[in-house]
Amino acid sequence: MADKSDAMMQHWQKTRNLTFLILILWFIFAIVLPAMANSLNSMSFLGFPLGYYFCVQGSLIAFVAMIWFQNWRQEAIDDEFGVNE
Amino acid sequence: MSVNEGAGKSGFVNNLGKVYALYTLGFLVFFGLMAIGEKMGMSAKAIGIGFLLFTIAIYAIIGWLSRTMEVSAYYVAGREVPAVYNGMATAADWMSGASFVALAGGVYFGGYPYLGFIVGWTGGYVLVNSLLAPYLRKFGCYTVPDFIGTRYGGNLARFVAVVVLVVASFTYVTAQINATGTIASRALGIPFNVGVWLGLLGIFICSMLGGMRGVTWTQVAQYIVLIIAYLVPIIWMSNRHGLGIIPQFSYGPAVQRIAELEAQYGLNPPLEAIKGVSVLTTPQDAPAGHAWGMVSLAICMMAGTASLPHILMRYFTTPSVKSARRSVGWSLLFIFLLYFSAPALATLTKLQLLDPTYAHSVIGKAFEEVSNLEWVKNWSAVGMLAVVDQNGDGIVQLNEFFMRPDIVVLATPEIAGLPYVISGLVAAGGLAAAMSTADGLLLAIANALSHDLYYKIIDPQADTRRRLIVARVLLIIIGAAAAFIAMQQLTGILGAVAWAFDFACSGLFFPLVLGVWWKRANGAGAVAGMAGGFLVGSWYLYMVYTGAMAPWWGIDHIRFGIIGMPVSLVLTVVVSLLTPAPSKEIQDMVDETRIPSGGTILEQTH
Repeated sequence: MADKSDAMMQHWQKTRNLTFLILILWFIFAIVLPAMANSLNSMSFLGFPLGYYFCVQGSLIAFVAMIWFQNWRQEAIDDEFGVNE
Repeated sequence: MSVNEGAGKSGFVNNLGKVYALYTLGFLVFFGLMAIGEKMGMSAKAIGIGFLLFTIAIYAIIGWLSRTMEVSAYYVAGREVPAVYNGMATAADWMSGASFVALAGGVYFGGYPYLGFIVGWTGGYVLVNSLLAPYLRKFGCYTVPDFIGTRYGGNLARFVAVVVLVVASFTYVTAQINATGTIASRALGIPFNVGVWLGLLGIFICSMLGGMRGVTWTQVAQYIVLIIAYLVPIIWMSNRHGLGIIPQFSYGPAVQRIAELEAQYGLNPPLEAIKGVSVLTTPQDAPAGHAWGMVSLAICMMAGTASLPHILMRYFTTPSVKSARRSVGWSLLFIFLLYFSAPALATLTKLQLLDPTYAHSVIGKAFEEVSNLEWVKNWSAVGMLAVVDQNGDGIVQLNEFFMRPDIVVLATPEIAGLPYVISGLVAAGGLAAAMSTADGLLLAIANALSHDLYYKIIDPQADTRRRLIVARVLLIIIGAAAAFIAMQQLTGILGAVAWAFDFACSGLFFPLVLGVWWKRANGAGAVAGMAGGFLVGSWYLYMVYTGAMAPWWGIDHIRFGIIGMPVSLVLTVVVSLLTPAPSKEIQDMVDETRIPSGGTILEQTH
């Protein structure tokens, strides 16, 4: 029983670390980059001003990638501790 | 395809791919027939009616086939919706009349600060996936207040959650029924009020007989219609102007061209304002000094996304925790397809109007010529567009072209001179978007009232039959009330929708998140957090909206969640710490929530 709850503690720790990593990435793409649009606009990407690009497309692609990445890692964590369904 | 029987139902779920492929094909064939009809002289009105009736008939058939008298089918679609399809259903549930009809217009007229909607309404899903969806799925609740009530113990917490849910969702649903009425009335040529009730009837057909099950399978069908309807005009328009086959990746030069044209024409207010319509005064891309406006809007929309019950409850319908997570991934992918297209549409439409080298451009043309264009006459007749030669020079200036922001998407096919069959398609798409969201919202409200208020608080002895009848009666009453309010046309579509997100995040965001992530959070803290955040947020909205108080730090009425959320966080934490910790059972329950495998925490048929 003690073993089991130790394992669960580790499982939760890994889950939590993964979540923090994702939230940091989220903060960068959802808040920092859009807020810096003005200075980023001096650069250009695919013909777009870069700051504008993040707001209309770049951050959105990052969000999709983040969720898929998190799920892929989370499933690996769940498998490691045998709690995947 | 009998989905009403226990055995036949799983047959339907096994054949989803075939069923929806056939349906998509059928819709495309119908589109082709209408296009041929137009060539052979079918009238615009007949095409519009054809599109609406065809799609509503399909939804009605799905709704009828999904009818049920089982509690778990009614509340959570029997928890057997595969991840991909739940992703589509969530996308339709999510993308409302506001996303489909009003968003591109908001970007067209609002410029950079409005991009907060684009970032906010997609970035919120990262929060849904990281913080809530898998844990709520594991919990096994039927509704969001069900989670609050069980996690925090006690009917008071449950009741406060129901109140916040009802206010947020009801604000939202009136905007959707308003959009349904607008589209139906224009396409069918009937008065707005009749359109509202007709739209409501369509919504009931999808949701009443089958509850969540019916809504799920109609939402999948509605997603397919709305995404086709959104993408076809953009791709068509772009290819006509040589802006690339997939314009979403290649309209960068158009953004820069617009900046040149805006500088050339000058962004001036009109000489004389006209009520209900606006001219373009905000530049497409000038973020200097607007960073806080953009980010504060994005924060409210993101936290609101993660607290709106009609979205969270979609993740209760998947077979497992893993599939709940995967379906968040699919949801955002399907939503992304529309959201990265909306700014492209706004840009292409603007270029279409402004660039004098385009055949159908308007600005800088002779006033005589423009005011005789067919689409200008049509939209002017209903007061949604106005072209007035206010400076008397015989030329249409940028500040003499007035438009209601909400019509940008609906009018674009005509502005660009595309065949009318595209307008019919767009109307069907807009209707699908508004109906699917209205379904989800009405169901969220009615389920919270029937399950949490009636069954859990008022009459826990009620049998299944009685519970499901109460749920349906409530659905009708709430729908009718929403339609009645929608008829008063109090706010624009985008405004009312933003309020719903602010209400939801002010009251629910932190109590929900802390319920999963902080074992020490207790009932007293949650009640204080929900009630405090919600009341302070609402007070701020009232003061700012009525002009009784100047906004603090530029936080206007569509961003009041920025005020409500911190209040809610502080109250939840402080009051929790001042009162005793939750019981051992509750803390064990939270631990259990964090382990994906094993059965749900609540009984299957609670």
